[in-house]
Amino acid sequence: MSLLRRILGTPEGAAGALILCVLVLAALLAPVLFPADPLSIVGPALVPPFTDPALPLGTDRLGRDVLAELMHGAGTSLAVGIAAAAMAMIAGSLVGTLAGLAGGLVDEALMRVVDAFQIVPSFLLALAFVSVTGASLPVVITAIALGAWTGPARLARAEVLSIRERDYVAAARVLGMRPLEIAFREVLPNALPPVMALSSVIVAISVLTEAALSFLGLGDPNIVTWGSMIAEGRNVLRSAPFLSILPGLALMLTVLGVYLFSEGLADALARRRSRA
Amino acid sequence: MSMQLATLRDLSVLYRSGSTTRTALASVDLDILAGERLAIIGESGSGKSTLALALAGLLPDNAERSGQIAWPGLGRPPVPGGDIGFVFQDPGSSHNPVLSIGEQIAEVARRHLGIGWRAAYARALDLLARVRIPQPKAALAAYAHELSGGQRQRVAIASAIAAGPRLLIADEPTSALDMVVQAEIVALLDELVRADGMTLLFITHDIALASGFADRLAVFRDARLVEAGASADVLARPQNAYTRHLIGSHIDLATPPLIVGPTR
Amino acid sequence: MSAELLTATGVSKTFASKARRVAALDNASVSVARGETLGLVGPSGSGKSTLARILLRLVEPDAGRIDFDGVDLLALNGEALRTTRKRIQMVFQDPLAAFNPRATVASALADPLRIHGLVERRQRPAAIAALLQRVGLDPGLASRAIHEISGGQRQRVAIARALATRPDLIVLDEAVSALDVSVRGRILELLVELQREEGIAYVFVSHDLAVVRAIAHTIAIMDAGTIVETGPTPDVVANPQSATGRALVAAVPRLVVGKSD
Repeated sequence: MSLLRRILGTPEGAAGALILCVLVLAALLAPVLFPADPLSIVGPALVPPFTDPALPLGTDRLGRDVLAELMHGAGTSLAVGIAAAAMAMIAGSLVGTLAGLAGGLVDEALMRVVDAFQIVPSFLLALAFVSVTGASLPVVITAIALGAWTGPARLARAEVLSIRERDYVAAARVLGMRPLEIAFREVLPNALPPVMALSSVIVAISVLTEAALSFLGLGDPNIVTWGSMIAEGRNVLRSAPFLSILPGLALMLTVLGVYLFSEGLADALARRRSRA
Repeated sequence: MSMQLATLRDLSVLYRSGSTTRTALASVDLDILAGERLAIIGESGSGKSTLALALAGLLPDNAERSGQIAWPGLGRPPVPGGDIGFVFQDPGSSHNPVLSIGEQIAEVARRHLGIGWRAAYARALDLLARVRIPQPKAALAAYAHELSGGQRQRVAIASAIAAGPRLLIADEPTSALDMVVQAEIVALLDELVRADGMTLLFITHDIALASGFADRLAVFRDARLVEAGASADVLARPQNAYTRHLIGSHIDLATPPLIVGPTR
Repeated sequence: MSAELLTATGVSKTFASKARRVAALDNASVSVARGETLGLVGPSGSGKSTLARILLRLVEPDAGRIDFDGVDLLALNGEALRTTRKRIQMVFQDPLAAFNPRATVASALADPLRIHGLVERRQRPAAIAALLQRVGLDPGLASRAIHEISGGQRQRVAIARALATRPDLIVLDEAVSALDVSVRGRILELLVELQREEGIAYVFVSHDLAVVRAIAHTIAIMDAGTIVETGPTPDVVANPQSATGRALVAAVPRLVVGKSD
């Protein structure tokens, strides 16, 4: 994993990786440190943070442990963010590659589909999808991916259009390689790096979209997420602002971590290409 | 002895990136005589392009230069564009794609000769005619992508000499062009340099090409200068084994073919 | 069995974009004899690369017929074309661009062996080593990445890749133009040796008449999409009949030992 080492070599990459590690650790430790359902009531309501050592970050309106909610929420946010981004990138890369290689009518048709999805604001699209289909984690993930796949699709297609003309693709054809094999062995792996650089941005957007959906009450009601925590805290914003601020800070930290890591990734990929 | 335009003493250039250091030039001692046509001959990795960039002050930021480049022929540090003109290897990327070629040539003249735009454009027209661009008046308004590779290189030469520099550096100007165009460009350079009394530094990997017009040859290998001297001397009595190897590797129409004739 | 391995007749190709139509090839006809080299020479834009690509079915011509060892090459498709591809291979100008950036020497050489099922997986390392030795490379190079080896070594690997399917014809498009002068001669010697031993025919495309003369039996000179002159190499070079031929002869740099000033 020399790529990872290169990413960690840059200050942004190292900082981003550190933040992401803290978050992953929080997510992994949550069921260990707080085995009970975070939505269960553990104490009196609205205990301020840093007052009770047993409840380090206080409790919310219903007496639920804020720290437990935060840590469990970390897992949800990261899982949804990464899953949605992965879905968007895989779907986008496949469509983009297919359009770029097929050309002609197939390319035109697929690009019009991409246009259609891009015209609708992605958040509204996600909102509409969840409202119609019902709120559950897989639905939320799909909803976010529906708005995010068009970027990777266009980027993949642009890369493929350029790679298609390169000598090594011609060489593959001369050797007798079948079109599908050329697509997956020669073209797609070389079209991916710029799309990969986009991935971190998509993860960040996915995390925020998920939070927004939960805030609006359209997330999965059975799990705790940072978005739902902010929504809960909205009602007591004046008297207990920490209920919204803490998950807000957590979101900000996550997005910051993802962006910093992506800077490091872009740097590392750029350096590898210039060496080759 | 002819006066020296520039002298290089113990010139070295290193590129550092991370933990690796690459020596591009090592302890080069070379004189460039005023008014001469000097050819720098080398293969890839010889340091010939680095030499050109160092002279023109175009080395990238991560390059470390040591040694001296003195300019006794100028009496002061050279002004890039004004005292030194540079023709790059790739005709495709050495022109600004969004500016007309007339504007690019005129800008050089305006900036270094202190003349107004009208006079600069007139000079650009004149230069385009000198480099034998067909229909120079129409070419003033043309863009780089509308021209062929050979024509782009002619325009590049026009830009390089627009301010009447003392030294014209051509870094493999014909390597991206076909043989016929190459011969034309080399003839053009030779003619312009003689007419204007410029000094020409011609970087190439082709010793035969250089032999056709260069007064002196300097052979580079692996960042070092291995041999320098008058063309006739170097070619007739090469002192260095690598020079002999380069001369021996040359293929022209007199070289015995590797095959026996056709069977029909 | 005719002496001609490949005969192209009346090949034409026009590239039409929204701005203009460019006639890249206009009724070009050439033939390649078995086990011999046809040199395709011309200035840039003469159509020689387009003709080369048409021979390899990388580009489809607008008109013409190509007869390859009794087979109508342009009529082949699908599996028939794929099978015939074993017999016609190509070496490109830029050895770096001719390989997948992620490729190793071994993976690049394994491709043709795998695609045509020529060698079982277990025997492939040995076959790859044999190919590398055939082109004068150390078999230990197999594990290296393509971008790590030198330009000359890369072009040898490209030649090895072209040899893997034991072709009857190899098209070389400016195959030595991007190489250092001191490497060129050795690559040309390798090509000639392979031709002598395997009986492979070559179509050698170049703008450098001197290089073509060194290894071609017959020369076809192209200009603006047409063949302006053809003939045995010594004749064409000694006595070019066309203006393009004369220009190409004049353009070859000669080692001028005593300069006339």
